[in-house]
Parts: sequence; structure tokens; C-alpha cells
Amino acid sequence: MTTLASPLPSRERPGEGGRHSADLAARRAPRDLTPLLVAPAALFLLATFAYPFLYGLVLALTPKEGGFLGNYARFFADPFLYDTILTTLRLAIPVTLLNLVLAVPIALRVRRMRRQRILTAILVVPVTLGTVLVAEGLLAYLGPQGWFNRTLMLLGVISTPIRLVHNYWGVFLSLVITGFPFTFLLTLSYLSGIDPALERAAATLGAGPARRFRHILLPLILPGLAVTFCLSFVQAFAVFPSAVLLGAPAGPTRVISIAAYQAAFEQYDDSMASAIAILMGAVELAVVAAILGARSLVYRGPAGGGKG
Amino acid sequence: MIPPFRELRLDRLSRDFGQLAALKDVSLTVRRGEFVALLGPSGCGKSTTLNCIAGLLPATGGAIWLDDRRIDTLRPEQRGFGMVFQNYALFPHMDVRRNVGFGLMMRRTAKAEAARRVSDAIALVRLQGQEHKLPGQLSGGQQQRVAIARAIVVEPALVLMDEPLSNLDAKLRLEMRAEIRRIHGQLGATTIYVTHDQEEALALADRIVVMQDGAIRQVGTPAELYANPADRQTAQFMGFRNAIAGHVDSVQGNQVEVTSNGARLAGRSPLLPPPQGESRGEGTPASSNLELGAPCHLLTRPDDLVLHDEAPDALQATTLTTEFRGDAHTGFARMDDGTELVFTAPHAVPPGTRIHLAPNPARSLVYPQ
Repeated sequence: MTTLASPLPSRERPGEGGRHSADLAARRAPRDLTPLLVAPAALFLLATFAYPFLYGLVLALTPKEGGFLGNYARFFADPFLYDTILTTLRLAIPVTLLNLVLAVPIALRVRRMRRQRILTAILVVPVTLGTVLVAEGLLAYLGPQGWFNRTLMLLGVISTPIRLVHNYWGVFLSLVITGFPFTFLLTLSYLSGIDPALERAAATLGAGPARRFRHILLPLILPGLAVTFCLSFVQAFAVFPSAVLLGAPAGPTRVISIAAYQAAFEQYDDSMASAIAILMGAVELAVVAAILGARSLVYRGPAGGGKG
Repeated sequence: MIPPFRELRLDRLSRDFGQLAALKDVSLTVRRGEFVALLGPSGCGKSTTLNCIAGLLPATGGAIWLDDRRIDTLRPEQRGFGMVFQNYALFPHMDVRRNVGFGLMMRRTAKAEAARRVSDAIALVRLQGQEHKLPGQLSGGQQQRVAIARAIVVEPALVLMDEPLSNLDAKLRLEMRAEIRRIHGQLGATTIYVTHDQEEALALADRIVVMQDGAIRQVGTPAELYANPADRQTAQFMGFRNAIAGHVDSVQGNQVEVTSNGARLAGRSPLLPPPQGESRGEGTPASSNLELGAPCHLLTRPDDLVLHDEAPDALQATTLTTEFRGDAHTGFARMDDGTELVFTAPHAVPPGTRIHLAPNPARSLVYPQ
């Protein structure tokens, strides 16, 4: 305000205007300590994130044997190690896509419900349970003697139990269950951000439900879905407990975090474990960058229909 | 999609929200080419009526007919009406051309024809040169033009407008009002226009439908409504803001004299037939409730209630505030019985001043209690 208003009066009363701005300069410029307020947070981040991260980076570059990049060379020379990347991607990408595909129609429906909160609360329960508890529960439920198989056999749908645990599908299902609420909540919030008048306008212009979704809703939530994909994917890519408990950790679900765990706690090779962790981060980063890159190609503005 | 029609008919349309009846047995006929304004205070059911016609809100009773075709069972996308929303509801991810062309795309209009019609519609609302901007890059008035173009480009049987000007500032509102009038004159599209602004309704409509509490109170041309509001509420809504309680003193044809707070006032009753040729003599027709001594209200517009010297035909009041409005001052005053009055004064009057106000008898209306 002061700077905006000063030019006019200062022309009429140059002395006073000049003194005024000089006062301001003397009062403000040299002793502005406001930026220091960021220091505690910066220190905290430095101590808990930057230092451990840099420590790991350096640790990974000082392998037990070989040169600088010895760990990485070993990782990419050994299929038992480098296959874990593909194994993890094979789990994380389909799981994330399935969660998105499930979340969109459910969120579309829930958005219109009156008792939205109750349903949302029910759907969110798996998040609060934690992955280990869900894995334990699924182990019993989906096992050969579990309710799922017994019910199917009782109904005569199958004659022998289907194997749903200690293989790919066990991990897959547990990731869907624990990941869905998160994906759903994010999707719901993006959908709720769309002005309902847009759909009404599209309807009066002759668009039925399917075309309203295709031409209005989908383009408007696409950027949000991209972000949701990234966050859900990163979560699924770091899978560990359910891969061990519900999967076949020696084979089909030997995910990359298991490789890191074994390096650290079975071979006591901290350097190799760090290198694997960094590769894990690199893969996640690559996928996220690809998705966000694609996101920048679509409309990302507000999802309102005009002036409020 | 819908062939030319003669009339749209609402037949005892009603809509409940739970226990609340938002619309009660509304019947109305809109002829082809007409510009009809639904006028009323917020919550009177005017937007509910419009949404029922558009199909965005299912009616809970009654029917809507387009000539002999019942349309209230159709989904909004099957009705083919154009609608302009209060907040415009432009698709934020589409540029002006694609917004305007959306309805044609949904109707699978051939590309070349669609392009020509979109260009025509954009020219009609004078938005040439803005075609490739996104709605977010346009001003409020321009967005409103896009919304209008988008609704009319499909040549709908009916154009529905839901308070389209309420988000614009006063100057732009007048400008867009003239635009809407011009576009209607050019296309002759049957239009139903919802507003709470009586000036807007008077300026735009061929016919005004005054609504209150979910029911129609009066239907008439702007001139009819302005001159002869059917009841006190409608009159108040048409700008007769002052309602002065009193008693009927004498009735002469449709001229009524009223005593109020010791003052003798006069006005006209729209409910009584005007004198035809010779005077019909004294006496009150049975149809009106304006019997001698009966309680009644005299209504005036602020412009017709002016400062006056002390006289038997003037009301006493105490000023509350005055506002400068350019050509004169609008004053607010309170009478001793608590009635608040809005009046016009040539100069500012300090608060707390005792004043005398005289309603113009030629422009005052009398209604029974």
C-alpha cells in the first residue's frame, strides 16, 4: 500500500515523502530476521532426511569389493538381483491401475450419496489396520482351509482349493486391499472438486452419462488421476510385509525391498543394501517423472465452471 | 431434434423436497417465440420450475407438455433445451469454440456445418477473436456470452436462463441485458428467464410470471404487472416498497380514500373495476374486501413518497438515514407505529428529524388487509 500510494503525494510534498521512505528503509532492511523462522524445519530435514540420504548415497559408492560403481555392476550382472525390479513393477503397476479403475466408478457413485461419510469411513478402515494385520487376515481367509475356498467348495464352484496365498495373487490382493482406500480417497477429492453444474450443462446439451464422463469428468480428473497413480504406485512399489507373508519371497514375489533386506540383514552388506535402495528410488522416480511428464500435456487448470 | 412447436405447457407441476413443497400445482403455458420471466424472491420456486423443465430435477407431480408430447419423463439430454446457468458452467478444459460446439458434437452434426454454426453463434454474441481462449482467460461478461452462444447454437426449442446476470457487476449487467434482448429479437427463440430482479424482468420479458412460496401469484405483461399488481406481495415485489396500514374511508369507483395514523391518503384499487363513463355512485362491489372501515394497506414506490409540508394528507415520520443516489437522496424513516418507509428527498435529511411525507395519490395502490 505504502509503496503504491507514495509516488503521488511525494511529488506534492517531496520532503515528507522522502523522509517517510528513508524511515522505512532504516527500519526494515538490515534487521529483517523473518527468514530465520525456517531454520528449525530446515535443520530437522537436514538431520532426518538429507544427511541419511547423502550417507546412503556415499555408502552405496564404497562397496566391499570393486570400484565406485561395484555394487551397481554386481546388481545388474546378477539376474537374481536385477529381476527384482521387474518383479516389483509387475506387482505395483497392475495393482495401481486396478485400484484406479475401481476407485473412479466407486467415487463417482459415492459423490452422490447422502451418507458419504459412513461409506468413506468403512473404506478407510484398511488403512488404519496396517499392512501386516491385513496380510495375516488374508492368509487365514484366502488359505486352503480359509472361508473363501471353503465357501466356493461348498457351493460346488471348485473341487479343490485355489491357491491364493504364497504366490503372486496373495500379494496382489493384499496390495489392492491396503492401497485402495488411499487411491479412492484421492480420487474422490478430485471428483468432488468438479463443479456439478458442468455435468448438468453437458446433459442439457445432449450428453448422456457415458459421454458426460468421457468429455467432461475424465479430462478434468485426468491430472488428478496422474498424481494419484504416482502416489499409489510409490506405495505399492515399496511393498515388503505382504510380499514376505503372503507371497513367495524366494521366487515370484521376490520384490526389490526383499533384495535390499537380504543384503543388509543376511549378508551384512550395508553398502549393497544402500545401492539397492537407491535403485529402488531411481525406478520410482523414473515412473513418476514419466507420468507427470504425460500429465503436463493435458489441461490442468481449475475444474470450476466460471465465476463462483 | 424437436420440431417447431406451438406451446410449452406446465400442467399442475409440483416438486417436494422431503416435507417441503418447493412447487405447488404450477400451471403455465408458454407460447412459441415468447420471452417469459419467472420473477420472485429466492426460495419462491422459480429455479425449481426451470430445473424441472430442463429435466435436471424430476417433478414429483403434474406433467410438462410440448404440444401433445409429454416431456417430463425424458432425461435432460433427450429434451434438447438450451440452458444458461447462473455460474455459466463453461467447460474449463475446452476453448470457446469447443464449448460452443459441444452441443453440436453431441448431436453428431456434420463437421463443416458445425463449424459454420459455431462461427455464426460466436459472431452473434460478438466474441470473434476470442475463439481459442479457455474460459479462465475470459472476463465474466465474455464467459456469459460463451454460455449464451453454447445454449443457442443447437437451435433449441426452448432457451432456459437461470439468473444469468446475477454474477455480473451493475454496469455489465445492463449491457448484457441489452445483449440478451437483442439476441432474442434476432433469433426469436422461446425463452424462459429466471430472475429475482424486477427491473430485469420488466426490461426483458414479454410476459412476467410472479411466483411466491412455490406458487404463481400473477401472470401478465410488464405493463399490466407494473400498473395492476394482483395482491400486496406482488405489488411489493414490483417495487411498491412502502406498505402503510390504515382503514378504508371512502370508495368512489376504484378510487379509495384511506385514513392512516391521522393522515388522509388516497389511492387506486386494482381489484375494483375502473369507472366507465359516468360514475357508478357510492357503494362497494361485493367482490372486493374494501368495505368502509375495513383494514387495508396503501402501497407506494419510494419515488412516489416525497417530503411534504405539514398537511392532513401527509404522514409523520422520523428519519433513520439518507443515501445519495445521484439525482436525489433515498431516505429511510420510521413512523410512530413502527412502519418503516423508503422515500425520496431532494437533499440529505439528518437522522432523527421529524418529517412529513406525502404519497402520490395517482400512483398509490390500495389492497385489503
